[in-house]
Amino acid sequence: MTKQSTSPLLRTRDVHLYYGEKEALHGINLDFNQHEITALIGPSGCGKSTYLRCLNRMNDLAGNVTITGSFELDGQDIYRPQQDVVELRKLVGMVFQQPNPFPFSVFDNVAYGMRVQGITDKKVLTERVESSLRQAAVWDEVKDQLNKNALAFSGGQQQRICIARLLAVQPEVILLDEPTSALDPISSAKIEETLQDIKTDYTIIIVTHSMQQASRISDKTAFMLNGDLIEYGKTKKLFLNPEKEATSDYLNGKFG
Amino acid sequence: MATIFENRLEKLRQSFTEMGVDVSEQIYQSTKSYIDHDVKLAQTVIDGDSDVNSNETKLEKQAMNLIALQQPVASDFRIIISYLKAASDLERIGDNAGTIARETLRAKGNPRIADVETVIAKITKHVRKMLEQILDAYTTLDATIAPEIAQEDRKIDHYYQTTRTAITEGILANPETAVAASSYLMVIRLLERIGDHIVNLAEYLIYCETGKIVELDADDGHLD
Repeated sequence: MTKQSTSPLLRTRDVHLYYGEKEALHGINLDFNQHEITALIGPSGCGKSTYLRCLNRMNDLAGNVTITGSFELDGQDIYRPQQDVVELRKLVGMVFQQPNPFPFSVFDNVAYGMRVQGITDKKVLTERVESSLRQAAVWDEVKDQLNKNALAFSGGQQQRICIARLLAVQPEVILLDEPTSALDPISSAKIEETLQDIKTDYTIIIVTHSMQQASRISDKTAFMLNGDLIEYGKTKKLFLNPEKEATSDYLNGKFG
Repeated sequence: MATIFENRLEKLRQSFTEMGVDVSEQIYQSTKSYIDHDVKLAQTVIDGDSDVNSNETKLEKQAMNLIALQQPVASDFRIIISYLKAASDLERIGDNAGTIARETLRAKGNPRIADVETVIAKITKHVRKMLEQILDAYTTLDATIAPEIAQEDRKIDHYYQTTRTAITEGILANPETAVAASSYLMVIRLLERIGDHIVNLAEYLIYCETGKIVELDADDGHLD
C-alpha cells in the first residue's frame, strides 16, 4: 500500500470477522480517501460484501457474528459503545443490489430520511428532494411525477431514487453492494455516470462483480480472495500491471 | 460510461493531432532544409525529434489505459487501435525527417547535380501534400481519401525508380558528385519510405471505418 499524502477519511485495521467459529475475514487493512471511488472485487464468497457491511455496522443485525479490528471514520471509532448506529448509517449510507424504494411516492421516499431527522419545513424538504434527485441524475425523469409511487418506475430509475434518498441525508460515505447487477446496461451506465458526478462530494465504496465497472469508474481497487485482501492500489496499476499473480488470474477470468 | 470514456478518447485524439502537427512540421522543415541547404534549420529538426518520440510514448500510454480500463468495443475500439497504430507510423515518419535533416548537414559543400535536386524538390512537395491530406482525414476519421493516397504513393514509387537512374547517370557524368549523389539516394529512399508509412495511415483509416484490414499497396509495394 502506498502512503497517502492526505489522511484517509475511513481507516480500517486488522479486520477479522467470525460467523460463529468460522473466520470469514482474516485481517483486512484498507484505507479510503475522501472523494475517491474504491471498488472491492473478488469471487463470490471472498468476503467483500461482508467487509462492506462492517463499514456501517450492518453485520450487527446478523446474529452470531464477531468482529475485531479497528474502524475509524474521521478518526472516530465507529464501534465505540456510545456510537449511535442510526447516526452512523446517516454518515455511511448503503445502496443494495435490488432497488428498495419504500412503497410510497418518490417525494416521500427522498424526504424520508430528513423527516426522520425532524425536518418538517416544506421549503427545505422540497429543495433538498429536488437537489438530491438532480444529483442522482434522475430528476428529469421523475420531476413531473413526484407523487407517483416509487415502485412504478423502472429498476434503473428506482435505484437512482434510492441513491437520491441516501444523498438527501447528506452522508460522507456511500457504500454500494453490487448496485447495478439487477439492471440493464443502459441503466447501469447511468448509475456509473451518476457515481462519477457525485464523487466530488462523497467517498464511495462499491462492491462489484463487474470487472469492467470497477475499471471504468474507480480510482482504487481492492482485490479480495477467501477472506484475505490480496492486492489494493490504484485501479490503473491493478488492471494494467498487478503485483500478484492471483490478481492477474482473476482479472483475466481464470478463476472466480 | 459515456462521459469519462469520451473525455479520455478526446484527449487521445488531441495527442494524435498534436503529434500529427509536429511530424508534419518536421517533414516540412527537414525537406526544406535539404532543398535550401539550410544547415541551421536542419539542426532544429534534429533537435525536435525527441519531442515526437515522447509524444508517441504519451499517446501509447493513453491508448493502453483506455483499452485496459474502459474496455471499449466495436467502433470505439477500432478508433483507439487506429490511433495507436498510426502513431507508430507517424513516429517513423518523424525519424525519417531527422535522417533527412542529417543528410542536409552531410551533403553541405559538395558538388551537386542540379536536375536531381529539382526532382527531389518535386517528390518532397508530393509527399508533404499526401501527409497533409491523410492527417486532415484523421481529424474526421473519414477513409474516403484512402484509395487516392495509395494512388499517389504509386507515383512516388515511380519517381523513386526514375530518380535513381538519373542519380547513377549523374555520377557517371561527373564522379565528383558522388558524395552528394549518395545523399540523394538516401533521401529519395527516405521519401519513398515516408510514402509507404502514409499509405499505412490510410489503411488504418479504412480499418477504423469498416473493421477491414487491407493492404493498399499490395500490387507494387516491393521496391527492394
